[in-house]
Amino acid sequence: MRALCMLCQKREEERDDVKKYILKRVLISIFTLLAITLVLFILLQLMPGSPFNDEKLSATQKAALNAKYGLDQPIVVQFAKYVYNMFSGNFGVSYNISKNTPISQLIASRLPISIAVGGMAVSLGAIIGLLLGIAAALKHNTFWDTFCTIISVLGVSVPSYVFALGLSYTFGFKLSWLPMLYQNGSPFASSIMPSVALSLFTLASIARFTRTEMLEVLGSDYMLLAESKGISGGPLIVRHALRNSLIPIITVLAPLIVDLMTGSLVVEKIFSIPGVGSLLVTAIQSNDYSVVIALSFIYSAMYIGIMLVVDILYGVIDPRIRLAKESDS
Amino acid sequence: MGSIFNRQPAVVSGPKKETDFFEFLPEDFTLRGGADVTRIDRNFASQNYWVEVRHRFFSNKGAVFSLILVIIIALLAAFGPLMAGYSYSNQNLVQRNFAPRIPGLESIGIFKGDESLQTTTGTKLINGYKEKGLTDVYYWFGSDVLGRDIWTRVWEGTRVSLGIALCAAIIDMIIGMSYGLISGYFGGKVDSIMCRIAEIINGIPRLVIVTLLMLILPRGFVTIVFALMITEWIGMSRIARAEMLKLKEQEFVLASRTLGAKDFFIIFKEILPNTIGQIITQLMFSIPTAIFTEAFLSFVGLGIPVPMCSLGSLISDAFNSFTTHPYQIVPPILVLAFLMLCFNMLADGLREAFDPKLKEM
Repeated sequence: MRALCMLCQKREEERDDVKKYILKRVLISIFTLLAITLVLFILLQLMPGSPFNDEKLSATQKAALNAKYGLDQPIVVQFAKYVYNMFSGNFGVSYNISKNTPISQLIASRLPISIAVGGMAVSLGAIIGLLLGIAAALKHNTFWDTFCTIISVLGVSVPSYVFALGLSYTFGFKLSWLPMLYQNGSPFASSIMPSVALSLFTLASIARFTRTEMLEVLGSDYMLLAESKGISGGPLIVRHALRNSLIPIITVLAPLIVDLMTGSLVVEKIFSIPGVGSLLVTAIQSNDYSVVIALSFIYSAMYIGIMLVVDILYGVIDPRIRLAKESDS
Repeated sequence: MGSIFNRQPAVVSGPKKETDFFEFLPEDFTLRGGADVTRIDRNFASQNYWVEVRHRFFSNKGAVFSLILVIIIALLAAFGPLMAGYSYSNQNLVQRNFAPRIPGLESIGIFKGDESLQTTTGTKLINGYKEKGLTDVYYWFGSDVLGRDIWTRVWEGTRVSLGIALCAAIIDMIIGMSYGLISGYFGGKVDSIMCRIAEIINGIPRLVIVTLLMLILPRGFVTIVFALMITEWIGMSRIARAEMLKLKEQEFVLASRTLGAKDFFIIFKEILPNTIGQIITQLMFSIPTAIFTEAFLSFVGLGIPVPMCSLGSLISDAFNSFTTHPYQIVPPILVLAFLMLCFNMLADGLREAFDPKLKEM
């Protein structure tokens, strides 16, 4: 009875631990996002020129305009308003790309396409990488192992747009199997090449990581125990080896998704996909600052969100990580 | 540490009372027999750490091959622009879009300066050199849209890219190393605050920081290095901090402190030399990242301003005509890919050489 009580108490404490951990992560994320908003706000103040630099305007007219747009208020109030606007998705209007279109509208029409291509790339990379890694670990020191190593070294070190250009030239231009440029009519066929090009980095990293993890798990005592208990073949690998090696793999997914976001900029430009990445490139090239700032905010928010989810996920799945993180700080 | 005082006194073997009347003779302190009698393991003699590291590194074929390739590329980047006799910024609008033509190789039928153009009427073979009657003009990698020699520009671009990467990596190493070591050494509140700061900076996507910086600062070499500096030091600081946490509890640190060493002496003179392997490895890994980021920035249009060039800007320029003149985009892409590949393999080799335990994986 007493032991049961102790167990209950321990559970209770553990749950508190999880709560504390999640709270801490969420707070840090919110703080980071606020820090980014502050940086963006400062940048906006630093930008050259003023909207009211017409010489015909008298001082009183300028004051009236400033009052109208809230520019006469203390900087803290302005910042608070700015934060409110950013968080409620009110990013202002575009100046150069498409005049006076609300930026939120521009982004809303493009985000789904980017997410579709990115999602395809992540799933492609994760699945094939996982399979390749498992094959390499099971057939350690054979052809598959070497093949996996070569693929992972190539995939990690060659930038995704080199692959993109290669694919575009062979399959798009020479063989004409797939459209070279994105066609709105056939979104699936047009996203095959971009997703493949984007996925190679994810694929390579996951294959490499899976291989290492699997080798470690396969050599562990509990695998020997499981095997000696008569479990073999598929169940042994899936239920005992894979499940244990999957946990650390989640940890590498977050940085990979972020790399994907960077890669998508160039790949979207190469295949002229009407997504967020190409919008950012166009905005940078045409000096459309408000679009750049809005997209920076969205990218940061997405990034922080993904990191938060992954952090919480593996903190909850694997208590060792949560505890290690706490003793770390 | 308190456990030392609780221990039982060590038991000394041999007769105890003898010390009272024992007399030392001079030959008690000479070696009995020569060096050949004393047992020294000649087959597996213990070696200097660096000798072992070097041995392990040079037995890794991939790493040595990469090292050689990196040296070749670096030499070409240093002397390549002088070899062809063109300048990287001189335009020659008459000699535009010439295909590669190399003196020795044209007699055996390759690199004659031919290129096939696909037109509406079918494929057409053209040779700019013959059309313009320029029999003694050679562009080894061809010429670009503005009639500049691609060979010269590629190596000039490699030089710029490598320069940016090296500068950024070294600055990152210094900042990240000091930050991580200090944060790990002092621990407690200092560590906590320093970690939070790093965490927040790390929470902002690199892409966003770099893009915003490039927007407000004038474009150029220094700005790119600065942007890379702000984002890339975090990885280095993490590694330095982890190493510090591992090392600072060890006896040699305690010994040094007992002898009266101050904190900064311990950090930089005692612990730093012990982390050097990890730090060199991380430095090697940060070079390809820097090269890649620079190439990415140039591709997006935030890179080195014209007429200067880098690998990224060459790729981005050639991209516009890569279906009609593919030879223009191939050299910079190959150099970029080889550089990234070689630096990654080099770093892998170094990591294994410094930490042989990893090799078993």
